[in-house]
Amino acid sequence: MKFLDALLGRSKPKQPQLDALFGVTGAAITLEAAAGMKPTGEAAVCFKPASGQGFAAASEELKGLLELAVQEAGSTLKVTDDRFGYRWVALADPEMEDLVTSVHLVNSTLEQHGFGPQLLCSVFGFSGAEGQRFYLVYLYKRGTFYPFAPLAGERRDNELELRVKATLGGDLPIEPELARWFALWGLPLD
Amino acid sequence: MARTRFPADAGLTSRMLGTMFLLGLLYVVFVAVLIAILKSWVLIVVIAGGFLFFQYFFSDRLALAAMRGHEVSPEQAPELHQMVDRLCALADMPKPRVAIADTDLPNAFATGRNQKHAVLCVTTGVQRRLSPPELEAVLSHELSHVAHRDVAVMTIASFLGILAGMVVRSSIYAGAWGGGGWGRSNDRDSNAGAVILLVVLASAVVYAISFLLTRLLSRYRELSADRAGAILIGRPSLLASALVKITGDMSRIPTRDLRAAEPLNAFFFAPAAAPGFSFSTLFATHPPLERRLEQLEQLEAQLGRPA
Repeated sequence: MKFLDALLGRSKPKQPQLDALFGVTGAAITLEAAAGMKPTGEAAVCFKPASGQGFAAASEELKGLLELAVQEAGSTLKVTDDRFGYRWVALADPEMEDLVTSVHLVNSTLEQHGFGPQLLCSVFGFSGAEGQRFYLVYLYKRGTFYPFAPLAGERRDNELELRVKATLGGDLPIEPELARWFALWGLPLD
Repeated sequence: MARTRFPADAGLTSRMLGTMFLLGLLYVVFVAVLIAILKSWVLIVVIAGGFLFFQYFFSDRLALAAMRGHEVSPEQAPELHQMVDRLCALADMPKPRVAIADTDLPNAFATGRNQKHAVLCVTTGVQRRLSPPELEAVLSHELSHVAHRDVAVMTIASFLGILAGMVVRSSIYAGAWGGGGWGRSNDRDSNAGAVILLVVLASAVVYAISFLLTRLLSRYRELSADRAGAILIGRPSLLASALVKITGDMSRIPTRDLRAAEPLNAFFFAPAAAPGFSFSTLFATHPPLERRLEQLEQLEAQLGRPA
């Protein structure tokens, strides 16, 4: 099929993989027990907004659903567009499970409307034993996670990232290709 | 559950298949004729293989060198790299190397035989003229070329045409110099002359037809890349506006620059045409702007429909 696709010059939009996302709750427990790293209670979903009425309808529905879910769980919600034209739905809730459920609400709503390929990643905030901030990034198209630890001046704490990777190795599907651990500067989480 | 809003374009696919079939048929016939006439298929295979090998394995370096593009690190061009990072994550493909060419010609191209060896190059001209979202649309078009392996396909599709052109030229030179090789011995003179004439004729015909067919194929693949790129970013109109801006600007660029860049047209985002020179649509490597815009409009309309 791959050969045929190349021959015909076509590519299908890649659909997101949602299953592995729920593994992040277990990973949070592992991180806390093994390395003293705690979730900050923040998460965000990132997707590329499409044009047209179809996407507008999906966003409208998503907005309604999210507000309802947020009210019920007592969490907060913030929607921002970054300078690369991606939309971030940032959520805050002390309960990791509520966070994951809200994130999944965004995924599944977009997917139901046929906008699954627009999903880029979701991000979960953590803080290390000495208070360093890092994030677990879920790549929808790969179904894998990777740690991202930003430092001041657009540098990354690779040592911390690799430590997180080593800690989580068995619990989560970690992205094996380091080249795909792309940086997300200026995350709308604080 | 998993579904997409964009139905496959069966028409485009079948037209592309048809073109490829004709190209393949042409080559098979050409090689058969050459072998029958020259009775030395080893030579043909060696020359053809050498050409293919060189083009295929050095396409990235050749194109970059010709455009004087230089690779840039994430530190040197953070914005560009982050754009490519995100698009690659969105499309689930390995990140290509990123290069910048210092020319005012507003363009971008992707080259390299496969996803692992791909290079994505933008000119400073295109960075200056397009807004960041438009630049991203152009990048997604180029990434689609990489995903579709267009360099490999077009190299394979065009190499026999090039070979045929070479045979024509070298035969004519051999004839013009009047001495070496074939024409020496008297008794076989007329016979050899007839053979050379046949080879030249056959090669010329092959060259002409394959030229048209590869151009046709190239236009289809451009449309494919437009389509895939527009779907990837979810905003077909961004690509359309980038196209309008680039093609509008292209005709205002000094002629000398453009001619220097012409051999590379096949990998460009929009072809560099010298002003006043009207390509007949038959010879163009890229479809006319109207055709590309029309397709993007259709995609935009599909997005507009409620689910």
